[in-house]
Amino acid sequence: MVSTQDFESDDPIAWCPGCGNFSILKALKQAFVELGKEPYEIAIVSGIGQAPKTPHYLRCNAFNGLHGRTLPVATGIKLANHELTVLAEGGDGDGYAEGGNHFLHAMRRNIDITYLVHNNQVYGLTKGQTSPTSGLGFVSKTSPTGSTSPPLNPLLLAIASDCSFVARGFAGEVEHLTRLISAAIMHRGFAFIDILQPCVSFNRVNTFKWYAERIYPVDEDTNFDSSDTMTAFAKAQEWGDRIPIGIIYRKQRPTLDGQQSAIRGKSLIRQKLDPAGFSSIFEAFK
Amino acid sequence: MAVDVSIRIAGQAGQGIQSISAIMGKIFTRHGYYVFINQDAESRIRGGHNFDQIRVKDQPVYAIDDQVHYLICLDGNAVDSDLPDLIENGIMIYDGEKSNFRSDNPQHFSIPLEQIAEQAGKKIMVNSVATGAAFALMGFELQPLLDHLKEEFAAKGDEIVENNQNCASSGYRYVKENFIGVSADQIPTGSFSRQKMLLNGSQAMAMGAVCCGLKFFSAYPMSPATPIMEFIASVANQYNIILEQAEDEIAAINMAIGAAFAGVRAMTATSGGGFSLMVEGLGLAGMTETPVVVVVAQRPGPATGLPTRTEQGDLQFVIHASHGEFPRAVLAPGHAEQAFYLMAKAFNLAESYQTPVIVLGDQHLNDSYYTLDQLDLDQTPIDRGDINLDHQISSVKDYKRYAWQETGVSPRILPGRSKAVLYADSDEHTEAGHITESAEIRTRMVRKRMRKLEGMRSQMASPKIFPSKKADIVLLGWGSIYGAMKEAVNILNHEGIAAQMIHFSELFPFSAVPFLTEIKKKAKIFAVESNFTGQLANFFTAEAGRPVFHKILKFDGRPFAPREIVMRVKEQI
Repeated sequence: MVSTQDFESDDPIAWCPGCGNFSILKALKQAFVELGKEPYEIAIVSGIGQAPKTPHYLRCNAFNGLHGRTLPVATGIKLANHELTVLAEGGDGDGYAEGGNHFLHAMRRNIDITYLVHNNQVYGLTKGQTSPTSGLGFVSKTSPTGSTSPPLNPLLLAIASDCSFVARGFAGEVEHLTRLISAAIMHRGFAFIDILQPCVSFNRVNTFKWYAERIYPVDEDTNFDSSDTMTAFAKAQEWGDRIPIGIIYRKQRPTLDGQQSAIRGKSLIRQKLDPAGFSSIFEAFK
Repeated sequence: MAVDVSIRIAGQAGQGIQSISAIMGKIFTRHGYYVFINQDAESRIRGGHNFDQIRVKDQPVYAIDDQVHYLICLDGNAVDSDLPDLIENGIMIYDGEKSNFRSDNPQHFSIPLEQIAEQAGKKIMVNSVATGAAFALMGFELQPLLDHLKEEFAAKGDEIVENNQNCASSGYRYVKENFIGVSADQIPTGSFSRQKMLLNGSQAMAMGAVCCGLKFFSAYPMSPATPIMEFIASVANQYNIILEQAEDEIAAINMAIGAAFAGVRAMTATSGGGFSLMVEGLGLAGMTETPVVVVVAQRPGPATGLPTRTEQGDLQFVIHASHGEFPRAVLAPGHAEQAFYLMAKAFNLAESYQTPVIVLGDQHLNDSYYTLDQLDLDQTPIDRGDINLDHQISSVKDYKRYAWQETGVSPRILPGRSKAVLYADSDEHTEAGHITESAEIRTRMVRKRMRKLEGMRSQMASPKIFPSKKADIVLLGWGSIYGAMKEAVNILNHEGIAAQMIHFSELFPFSAVPFLTEIKKKAKIFAVESNFTGQLANFFTAEAGRPVFHKILKFDGRPFAPREIVMRVKEQI
């Protein structure tokens, strides 16, 4: 039996005290334990920012790559060894700005990985610049007179891209987030969770208190149907006084890894090479 | 009698030029000859002016000839643009009914190609009529052509086979009955054998990769590298390879890095423009010590440049690409056979030194077809380096991905294949792979990575020096220039001008010292390169300490012909 102790890393944590990332880290560990995953069975790919430091603070396989490039690396890992539980993790700058194109195409491919975006609506690592999810009018050192472009809505984008699992979590609701992460990992296909994560240093607008007053579980309405696209679109557009959290949209469709004939039950890394079988490749050219 | 005949097929894109050259190339290859087929195409699918040039020789051939013996014009424009390249007494076929060109020269032979095609088969089969006619003019038998057309079109049904055969026979017959000129450059029908192969540089590279255990390929299509991707796609199912078309080159290299990190042989392929997007990922592979192979098939740049033409403009770029310092190797095959073997070397270097390796091609190498003798799989043993590929989950619990080693190479385990976990990081990191700011560790880690350069340097093959006899003139070149340069050296020596060549196909890490003794101390070195600055020349000057004062450069997007090099050497001596 694994316990959260098994996921303790000895790498010292470099986040600000009170950062929303601490609760996301806790939820991740709890989710792995809940699913009975061993550290060596998990690979987390992260980008650059405060969120991507997360895998260092966990005990599991980790590839801390480039800003915005988590999803292609995670896709390559999953295709080469589909027996691994693969997660990708980054912030809003990493995922929605630098890595926007990869996000679209990972959803389209429906590669069986879990993608966690710690969305704090600000650039934390570089000390407080405007992000693609900062609110209209957000004042920062790069937008001193207020952001002039409205924030990107990641949930709307994901549903429109036919992402097969779209959810929103909140760093202040650890138990709820743990359940979401477990469900995302269990989902066969690309599972995306946008996690509202207050930045205690640079975002004075979207604080823990601000969120706590607004969020509600989307399934509190027993009629809510996450398989219905139009309902999901409507929920994804709720913002302001009431902000839904939970699984907004979910469907089953073929995954990229599931459709690879090359895997044939055995992961690519476990297939023996047979050089003798190669000589037939020459025949077509003779 | 020695055979060295060049046939040019010219016309518009979409007229089937490449299908004629492929059919001719295959037939000549199967009947005892070596061919070299160069493609000169515009970046369009229909119209314009394109040509393929097939050089047929009784010896291995790796270069174009600037002399055309047979010119086959599929449209009127081809007559105007290509006739100047025909040798005196060379033979031109054209359709007088579709062209305003008129000539009293019996060597300029008008054939109603379209009319014959319409009568014998279908109007679009003009290319089969022309092929039949050309075979008659070259003194080659008709039957091999008819047999080949059957093989080629069998999948499309009997009617298409018969129509094409009828067209070819009619073209053949028309020549026999009407041609009154003189054909000096004959290609006798040799005996049939299916020993040799005909393939282009891209196919050779792709096959080389597959034959040394490629398991994962991700790329974004870009000329002239796309045929590599298409070939791998065509055999992926048979050899259990996963191929993913990425959304851009950034994703392509990052996917390959992910797959390589997980433990399989992975590669991507692109041209200079796509590689510009990949450079960030190249550094990631260097920093995380992930073995990945990148093929860069060069074309003239910058920006979009000349998409379907050739250049050697990216040597310095690939040697220096990406910010920061990290080890890499750069290989540049001189011809298709070398391309096949160097792919195995690229993967072995990448995995032995856990770092990226770049294979540089160019449009001239990648798109040109070469006749190859047998390829030998025993020459491509797979060396995966220090890696634990145990089938059982190992009980190792403590593992440091970047454990300090004198060679710079740390033992690899694969994620999920032991109870241990591994951390790879693009930040500067500790031996365990965690982020560090320590000045001491940083210094050690840079040294560790850069030490691999010394290991790889010892693996680099010496350049090809030909002939061994020292001479006053030395031609210096790399990559696809090989064939033209070698012939140029032969011509110079034949004309009494003593010349030698140094050809590099394994360029970086560079080691000049061992072979400097093989050339004259006072030799005049001429760099022959398809670029504006003489990139190898400048590199050679810096690394070997031997200044290269003479440069024969070309950057018009077209390949060098041997005699062109000879002429330009003579201008400078």
